[in-house]
Amino acid sequence: MKAPLKRSNAPIFWALFGAGGMLSALFGPMLVFITGLALPLGLLLPADTMSYPKMLAFAQNIIGKGFIFAIIALFLWHAAHRIFHSLHDIGIHAGTGAKLLCYGSAMLGTLIAAYALLAIGF
Amino acid sequence: MSEMQKTIEIEVLRYHPEKDREPHRQVFEVPFTDDMSVLQGVQYIKDYLDGSLSFRWSCRMAICGSCGMMINGIPSLSCQTFLRDYYPARVRVEALAHFPIERDLVINMEGFIEKLESIQPYIIPKEERTLAQGEYLQTPEQLNAYEQFSSCINCLLCYAACPQFGLNSSFIGPAATALLHRYNVDSRDGGKAERMELINSEEGVFNCTAVGYCSEVCPKHVDPANAVNQNKTNSAADYFLRFLAPKGGAK
Ligand code: SF4
Ligand code: FES
Repeated sequence: MKAPLKRSNAPIFWALFGAGGMLSALFGPMLVFITGLALPLGLLLPADTMSYPKMLAFAQNIIGKGFIFAIIALFLWHAAHRIFHSLHDIGIHAGTGAKLLCYGSAMLGTLIAAYALLAIGF
Repeated sequence: MSEMQKTIEIEVLRYHPEKDREPHRQVFEVPFTDDMSVLQGVQYIKDYLDGSLSFRWSCRMAICGSCGMMINGIPSLSCQTFLRDYYPARVRVEALAHFPIERDLVINMEGFIEKLESIQPYIIPKEERTLAQGEYLQTPEQLNAYEQFSSCINCLLCYAACPQFGLNSSFIGPAATALLHRYNVDSRDGGKAERMELINSEEGVFNCTAVGYCSEVCPKHVDPANAVNQNKTNSAADYFLRFLAPKGGAK
């Protein structure tokens, strides 16, 4: 009757999108508050909360590393997927090109984050 | 007609492919009473003003699913939508969005019928049973699992509401997915693996971007968006776990 069905590989991107969405809903507002409002305005938190030595220690700690990596990578994959689908919604069906650009930049960001986190040492 | 007779303007999208190059609008002045549906309005046009107007209808009581139209841009059953809610303004009536027009308000639903066939909308028994074994018994919970999804009347309002179907008509879409799900979660059925191939495919549930308008316009509270989204989870689980459980329908 029709061409045989081709299995969609969407679950990979959908799962990354879902995980990123969950993480951004849980941590996004808090991070915006801490880095964008609380610290610059000197509210609630000690002034040196995000000082270089403290942040370096955080990024060198294995759990801190994991946290930073997950936040950067999954936020990026979430955004890439959202942008790719929104392009389709507004009538830009750029296909493979748009796909490569969207998911490619998420991949690039992920690799850079991984590299930087490893380079900074333990 | 008494002098007190109220009238309402109904603007209808007309299209006769044998003589019109493209669809155009025509406005009719229709006498109405407070209990008249939009369907009765277009029936008045056909009976007294222009016999060439074409549209589908049958039951007049939101059961058959044949009278779906865009009413002021919203996918609606015309027998369940009342002219009084628009009076004194003009009402705009058009063929359901996202489908090819056959004539006036009649759409071509062949594509949907093919999808309906492809989901195998019948119980594929888990085990062969003889008559002597008696009927299949189900608990109230087993009935609950699928009952809501079995109320679909194939009115296609959800397809007219779905922007993703509008962009890609090969997407299996809300109603077909809801019906597929209805059989998959039926305790008597054993055809899930076959049907999941469709869910998992490029025509499957991942075309959906969780808009949810399909469930909003559904006159039977089928909630097709729920069926679609449950199957995203099912499909993703199968995608990642298929190597662990070699029994699934994955290829
Ligand atoms: S799911 Fe609802 S809107 Fe869609 S065809 Fe069935 S009854 Fe109509
Ligand atoms: S005429 Fe049957 S649903 Fe409207």
